[in-house]
Amino acid sequence: MTIQFELNGQLVSADTMPGTTLLEYLRSEELYSVKHGCDHGECGACAVLINSKAVNACLILMHTIEGKKIETLESLSNHEHLHPIQETFLRAGAVQCGFCTPGMLLSVEALDREEGEITEESVKDALNGNLCRCTGYVKPVDAALKVLQKNKDEEVQS
Amino acid sequence: MKVIGKDIQRVDGHSLVRGKPVFTDDMRLKDVLHVKIMHSPVAHAQILNIDISRAEILDGVVAIFTHKDFKPHYYTTAGQGYPEPSPRDMLILDSTVRYVGDRVAFVAAETLEIAERALELIKVEYKELPCIFDAEKAMTAGFALHPSEGTIGIHDVSRNIAAHLDAELGDVDAALKTSAHVFEGIYSTPFVQMAHIEPHISLTWLDNNNRLVIRTSTQVPHHVRRIVAEVLDIPIARIRVIKPRIGGAFGGKQEILNEEVVSAITLKTGRPARIEYTREEELNAARVRHPELVTFRLGFNEKQLLTAIDMNILENCGAYGPHALTVMSVTSLKALSMYKAPNVRVNGDGVYTNLPIAGAYRGYGAPQACFPLESIMDEAAEKLGVDPIDLRLKNVFQVEDDVPIAKILGEGREGFPMVLYSTEIKTCLDEGRQLSNWDTLRSKHQTGRFRRGIGVAAAVQGSGIPGIDMGAAFIKMNEDASFNLQIGATDLGTGSDTALAQIAAEALNVSVDKIIVYSSDTDITPFDKGAYASSTTYISGTAVKKAAEQCKAMILEQGKKLLQVEEAEIINTDVIASDGQSISYADICMKTFYTDEQMQIMGTGSHVSFDSPPPLNATFAEVEVDTLTGIVRVIKVVSVTDAGQIINPKMAEGQVEGAIPQSLGMALTEFMPFDDQGRMLNLDFNSYHIYTAGDMPKLVVRFVESNEPTGPYGAKAVAEIPINAPAPAITNAVYNAVGVRVRHLPIQPEQVLKELDIE
Repeated sequence: MTIQFELNGQLVSADTMPGTTLLEYLRSEELYSVKHGCDHGECGACAVLINSKAVNACLILMHTIEGKKIETLESLSNHEHLHPIQETFLRAGAVQCGFCTPGMLLSVEALDREEGEITEESVKDALNGNLCRCTGYVKPVDAALKVLQKNKDEEVQS
Repeated sequence: MKVIGKDIQRVDGHSLVRGKPVFTDDMRLKDVLHVKIMHSPVAHAQILNIDISRAEILDGVVAIFTHKDFKPHYYTTAGQGYPEPSPRDMLILDSTVRYVGDRVAFVAAETLEIAERALELIKVEYKELPCIFDAEKAMTAGFALHPSEGTIGIHDVSRNIAAHLDAELGDVDAALKTSAHVFEGIYSTPFVQMAHIEPHISLTWLDNNNRLVIRTSTQVPHHVRRIVAEVLDIPIARIRVIKPRIGGAFGGKQEILNEEVVSAITLKTGRPARIEYTREEELNAARVRHPELVTFRLGFNEKQLLTAIDMNILENCGAYGPHALTVMSVTSLKALSMYKAPNVRVNGDGVYTNLPIAGAYRGYGAPQACFPLESIMDEAAEKLGVDPIDLRLKNVFQVEDDVPIAKILGEGREGFPMVLYSTEIKTCLDEGRQLSNWDTLRSKHQTGRFRRGIGVAAAVQGSGIPGIDMGAAFIKMNEDASFNLQIGATDLGTGSDTALAQIAAEALNVSVDKIIVYSSDTDITPFDKGAYASSTTYISGTAVKKAAEQCKAMILEQGKKLLQVEEAEIINTDVIASDGQSISYADICMKTFYTDEQMQIMGTGSHVSFDSPPPLNATFAEVEVDTLTGIVRVIKVVSVTDAGQIINPKMAEGQVEGAIPQSLGMALTEFMPFDDQGRMLNLDFNSYHIYTAGDMPKLVVRFVESNEPTGPYGAKAVAEIPINAPAPAITNAVYNAVGVRVRHLPIQPEQVLKELDIE
């Protein structure tokens, strides 16, 4: 089965067995920011962006992503510069073990791309699907609020 | 201090926010075999026959192991100092299974799917045996779950007692008889899961010299090396254990969980192998917290001072006994080192049942002590008519107090005298009282459907295991005045690589970016007991400080030689002679490498401590109880901690903020129910509910700094202390809100409703 889609800005075509999940495929492509935590769409460690929405890759079968735009954390920054969300998480101490961090960062990025007001509620809502056992979500929520509110302010100004 | 006490960014932070391939499984091994374990579907049975003939011929199956393939060798999976105080009661594969989830066989195949299919083709004939699911019945069951032959260190095989503990100071019976007030209560804490998001994962391969490399998600790389060598009967010299970044552990990886399994496959086949637990296996066949049933009797005199504490512990170990004795001894020591009583006694039994294996979980017995103790103190305060904070303030241990029970309750052997050099528990309680608005909230009369209450609990932990835990460090200098810091200490996501780099930087007068940290690789880094018992900052940190100081002394020595002076001192990163001549760190190293006084400037340090200074904590919880449903919602938690000098405030806050929801989970949302066959029912994160971002109450986290003279730059531990007190603070708050006393966790809404006595 051959599927064509956009992966981190490149058009790719993948030959996969039926039943292969997007998580399995991405890790086999050595996109290791996509983590395996539960297999059931409960922990959010495998979150990726599909057409700018944060989705658990373990629940997505490859044949459903034909023509879609997939982004993993690897595409968020280049080797010189961190993305502002990454920078803010790092400075805020929002990263402890870092295993759930890629999923969290992409959930925050997805929220940033949405319309609407950024509030503590909307940030907690966006991060609700990302289980974290290290941080108690305090610093991740603070970091996300800080960076997203800044982004919205800049949008308003420009 | 220039670096200590500063919010230095994590040394591994950049790679983590970029999602770099830094975790165990983030690499591809050519020709890797996928390993799966067959778990027992029954709680207690003898394996009469295992037929692997159909599985063996399945295309792609490479190796199958059953109990017939191993000579019986009893060991413990507990990653502890040697000899381990845990009973040696486990075989790599056994002909008897003792809980639903126990190992029956393991298979290696070309793909994961083939390995899973092969497990389905293995036919096992079980002879089912009677089971024990109730810890209270274990000692009188009349049959033993473990054999006496071959096992080592089981306290009483025939009565299913893995470990036993008793100690007394003074005369508790006499003291209770003459006490003005005696209070008694029975309390219990449940099975809960560490629930680290990265599952247990181990990779193995043979290197070019035919040595076994184990890349694994562990807290205890050196214990893994020693135990795998022993179990598989190969020399320690043939094994290298590498711990990359770890996706959380919380005690769950203070265990040799599957490393010996995957190593056996690689040794047999010569091929790389990989084993990863699924979430279901994590929940069912990894490790859990020991449930404990604790009975307290407290005596007070007419001045509301404790006269006696009598404590009885029944600990449920599950099917095997890793950490059985030591978790229980921590429970007793932490309960008896909080409040000063002239007469204390503890009696405890850790028993086997046919339930999942309990192990090490953050707090390590202390949460099981804190919940009952802080509950009965609350009950006592009410009956004595005194404010619960005031009763605690009157009875807590203070600076220069001797905690005599510590000498008796060691880690599986006699302990060491314990004198407190730093303890700010009074300040923690006072500050928390203000921050939580205690006095106002406590007295508020509640009416209506939603009723609020506030509760308090205090807690104590240790900093390392005295006289046992040893950590070591090695530092070498480079010609640009950077330093390689090599440590056995194991960063699980706690940030210890960063904290230890700060200690090295402070001692060497350099910035943290000059310290290149490499940790937890048994071929390259020196020994360290591993990351447990709140020991890394305190024990490994002191080792790092010693190594850095030795290195610095050598810099000064070489500087003096190069300047040809007798007297000089180090100011910033220059050696300056009394006559004004100077030479920089970088020039000293460059010259000693290439031209003059040639040598490698380096330092080593090892540290073991006979003290284990207690960090302390006071936690205040504000809750809201829905009197219609019995549901308890936590509104706000205030946590004030004395962890000595804080090395890195942001990281220390992170430790507290992460510990609190683990305790809230134990109090409110994390259930491990079993059916009548011993099968756990909540086998995924949907039903085993850990706190999410949306569940979180408001947290207020503060530190009351003290200066611990035995710790590096005054530091004590911070990792475990904040997990103890939230649960009892919540139940105490529930009592304050609606008058329902919860003595058995988790809090169940239906139980709250049943006991509600309101219109």
